[in-house]
Amino acid sequence: MGKAILTKKILLHTVLMIGVLVSIFPFYWLVVMSTNQTSAIFAFPPKLTFGGYFMTNFNHVMDNTNFIRALFNTIFIAVLSTTLQLFFNSLTGFTFAKFQFPGSKALFYVMIGTMMIPGQMLLVPQFMIIKELGWVGDYKALIVPGIASAFGIFWIRQYALAIHNELLESARIDGCSKFGQYWRIALPILRPALAFLAITTFMGTWEDYLWPLIVLTDTSKFTLMLALQQLKSVHTADYSMVMTGTLMATLPLIVIFLVVSRQFIAGIMEGAVKS
Amino acid sequence: MGGLLKDIYKSRALYLFISPFYILFLVFSVFPIFYSVFLSTHKWDGIGEMKYVGSANFTYLFTDPTFWHALVNNIILWILGNAPQLICALIVAFLINMAIVRFKGFYRIAYFLPNITAMVAVVIIFQSLFGNEYGLINFLLQKVGLSRIEWFNSPFASRVVIAAMICWRYMGYNAIIYLSGLQRIPKDLYEAAELDGASTVQTFLRITLPMLKPIILFSVMMSTIGGFQIFTEPQVLAGTQSPYPGTDTVVLYMFREGFTYQNYGYAAAVSWVLFIIIGLLSVLNWKVFNKSDD
Repeated sequence: MGKAILTKKILLHTVLMIGVLVSIFPFYWLVVMSTNQTSAIFAFPPKLTFGGYFMTNFNHVMDNTNFIRALFNTIFIAVLSTTLQLFFNSLTGFTFAKFQFPGSKALFYVMIGTMMIPGQMLLVPQFMIIKELGWVGDYKALIVPGIASAFGIFWIRQYALAIHNELLESARIDGCSKFGQYWRIALPILRPALAFLAITTFMGTWEDYLWPLIVLTDTSKFTLMLALQQLKSVHTADYSMVMTGTLMATLPLIVIFLVVSRQFIAGIMEGAVKS
Repeated sequence: MGGLLKDIYKSRALYLFISPFYILFLVFSVFPIFYSVFLSTHKWDGIGEMKYVGSANFTYLFTDPTFWHALVNNIILWILGNAPQLICALIVAFLINMAIVRFKGFYRIAYFLPNITAMVAVVIIFQSLFGNEYGLINFLLQKVGLSRIEWFNSPFASRVVIAAMICWRYMGYNAIIYLSGLQRIPKDLYEAAELDGASTVQTFLRITLPMLKPIILFSVMMSTIGGFQIFTEPQVLAGTQSPYPGTDTVVLYMFREGFTYQNYGYAAAVSWVLFIIIGLLSVLNWKVFNKSDD
């Protein structure tokens, strides 16, 4: 019996490890390409180990793109979007969870319904509005439409349902306004839910491609994803440089993910069960 | 009636709290929906005068071979990119969830990692792996005695590459979603099956699959919506050129018509057709899943 279980265990872990290799290999390949010269990778057989050319490739990226600029643009947009989303989503989610007012149920269901609208469908008319507002080429076009999201509100609301009414009640008796109840009581309790929302929003903004491609016109305002696409289209021959740029643009998110992975995956799993 | 107005007045702060979402929703969703109905019946380049054309945009759309081509490609990409991946995800989730597997945390992180990689980066990495001349995949193919494949010269092979990107990026994500469903299946169900001498495969088919149905439906719905919004993969892959053979998609077609050729009215018509396709497929998914519910 013991032997049969051991065989089964080994078999299971082998299958799972093959999957892990498939998941990890492209990252390994990314680092291999970033540390070698293009000629070494395009040789037959290709080089499969790390080389010593990372700094050379890094300097090429710096010479050929405004990487630092794109990095700061991306951080700026991602931080601002995330902060605004955290504030508006938590305020709205808390309100839906803890207060009843005329129309609150209907308004809540309308909000849930909006999650079913496929985003790409509204691309053209949304662009028209942005144009009408004179926001083409402006970060407002990236930030403002997304400062409150149905998913974020729903997510916070599910958490906020667990806040004890007595807590809010006693705050109210002490003369705390509704906003005060949100700011002083709910917000600290909602911290874990906010952390998850912050990470997903930050990553989503960082990786966004189609909408920035449409509304940003000036290369000096480009985000990392747009800069990367441009680098790739222009320098098709220097693959090592393009790969190095890719590594530099994705590394921050990988680091953030590895630091918070446990809580983040727990959040994803909770989210799936709730919806 | 007076009581209701009083209630509304008393709740004015609450309305203020929730208003940002609804204001944005009105400006950036409700208005665009109606506006796109209007746009879809007009010819407009975004600068000059709008011209009412009735259903001409739709008539043209249905006779444009490029559109049909994009739609067929899109359906193939949707199936190739999701069916194998969802099945693998289910198996992986089932295996990780097994009581005798240790290092569950490690597996979860390792499988999830691809999902946090931006699609633009995924495209760049995969394009080099599948290079026509010197790609690693072609090297391996030749190593095992097969001939190399010109990945980006054949429609089918290009689709396989795009499907591989989608599978790689979403398999782990879906496995985690399934895992969350698996963990809610009561343990005693499995114990009872074990006592009855059920094999692993039997347990999977008789207990796991039926219990997971709602969450599988959720993932299939999400992949349908995602599958018909494929844009970044073929667009970044081809760079400044037109999409590689077999990789044009509906959103890419719409993007080209709207933002490259400035046929805004026509692009709005395309987006309505896209919306109807996604809607129909969602209903179909739902029907199929409920039918097998007997």
